[in-house]
Amino acid sequence: MQTGYDRREFLRLGGIAGVAFASGLFPAAGGAQAQGSDFHFVQFSDTHWGYTGPANPDAAHTLEKAVETVNGLAAQPDFIVFTGDLTHTTDDPKERRARLKRFKEIVSALRVKDVRFMPGEHDASLDRGEAYKEFFGAPNYTFDHKGVHFIALDNVSDPAARVGDEQLAWLAADLKQRKPEDRIVVMTHRPLFDLYPSWDWATADGAKVMELLMPYRNVVVFYGHIHQEHHHVTGHIAHHAAQSLVFPLPAPGSQPRRAPLPFDAATPYRGLGTRDVAVGVASSYALKELPVAKA
Amino acid sequence: MINRRTTLRWLAAAPVASGLAAAVGLAAEPAVREIRISAKKFEFTPSSVTARVGEPVMLLLSSEDRIHGFKMPDFNLRTDIVPGVVTAVQLTPDRAGSFSYFCDIFCGDGHEDMGGTMLVEG
Ligand SMILES: [Cu+2]
Repeated sequence: MQTGYDRREFLRLGGIAGVAFASGLFPAAGGAQAQGSDFHFVQFSDTHWGYTGPANPDAAHTLEKAVETVNGLAAQPDFIVFTGDLTHTTDDPKERRARLKRFKEIVSALRVKDVRFMPGEHDASLDRGEAYKEFFGAPNYTFDHKGVHFIALDNVSDPAARVGDEQLAWLAADLKQRKPEDRIVVMTHRPLFDLYPSWDWATADGAKVMELLMPYRNVVVFYGHIHQEHHHVTGHIAHHAAQSLVFPLPAPGSQPRRAPLPFDAATPYRGLGTRDVAVGVASSYALKELPVAKA
Repeated sequence: MINRRTTLRWLAAAPVASGLAAAVGLAAEPAVREIRISAKKFEFTPSSVTARVGEPVMLLLSSEDRIHGFKMPDFNLRTDIVPGVVTAVQLTPDRAGSFSYFCDIFCGDGHEDMGGTMLVEG
């Protein structure tokens, strides 16, 4: 696990903020629900449907396998979120729509029918989200579930990776209706903090989003884009990046270029997976990474 | 020496230069060394340039196909590169090292590979 902070430090910060983070609380097999949790959801990210290349020779089937794995969970999640890069980009608008259509067909096999989508730059940056919206509707929205307020933020429809003033105003208006202690989960594609600017692992105006979120004591961010598990804290707000379902990317700054980690036939699904998030009482989030099952 | 036509093109670039990227006017000092970098899907040419600590350089950025971005986080530089104009960016490196530049406007399948390195010698 890559961490951007010392674990003890994190727990200390978590304690102050009233946000505890736990990993591996679950039994290795069987139910995915931790004791005392209110509910759980599953995060898929960076499925990149349509990718072909040496970094994942099985790319045409990896998503289906992950769907089967999640369908096999003894405790089915309340809902499922996809944090962007549903499809791999293409210059051809017809092909983009064909990929979005096929992606939608594959994930319609999920047993859980409450599924929320978000775009990544591969889906939305070349046409400002036009095709994406035809299939999945608005790229930013909110919903409430069992007392938790979820906010999906779009930092990819603008090809320069800006949330933009309009959406910032929308976010500010939504937050105005929250109390400082309300539980808020932000879901987005790119990191909202400067994770590694030399690889463009940032959001151009992410600092403005964080400034708006800062007054709220109970905020956590789930995102994708970097194709690996990663945890970071800005002040009291934790950010958790998810693995992808196409190919893992190197840890920030660990090699000169952010090229995909090479495929290894001996461990074909290494570094790929989905994630179960148990939203606990007492403002805790227990994360369990779910590997792609072997064929 | 800077000829008059180039200078006028720099002026033309003014509307697209943003942030710390500065468009240069008629009063530009001829002593500034020019580094031309051309952008196209999905590469910068050249993808490797050199500079010296304390030596002012003028990056002259152009695009052969579509809009791209040019970002060098280490020197807090970023600008759009719009086809048809030369965008001038002034830089005086204050430290030695190897610093990356890359496109930060998503431009297609290969965008992630669109980058280069500036080697700054002490
Ligand atoms: Cu580009």
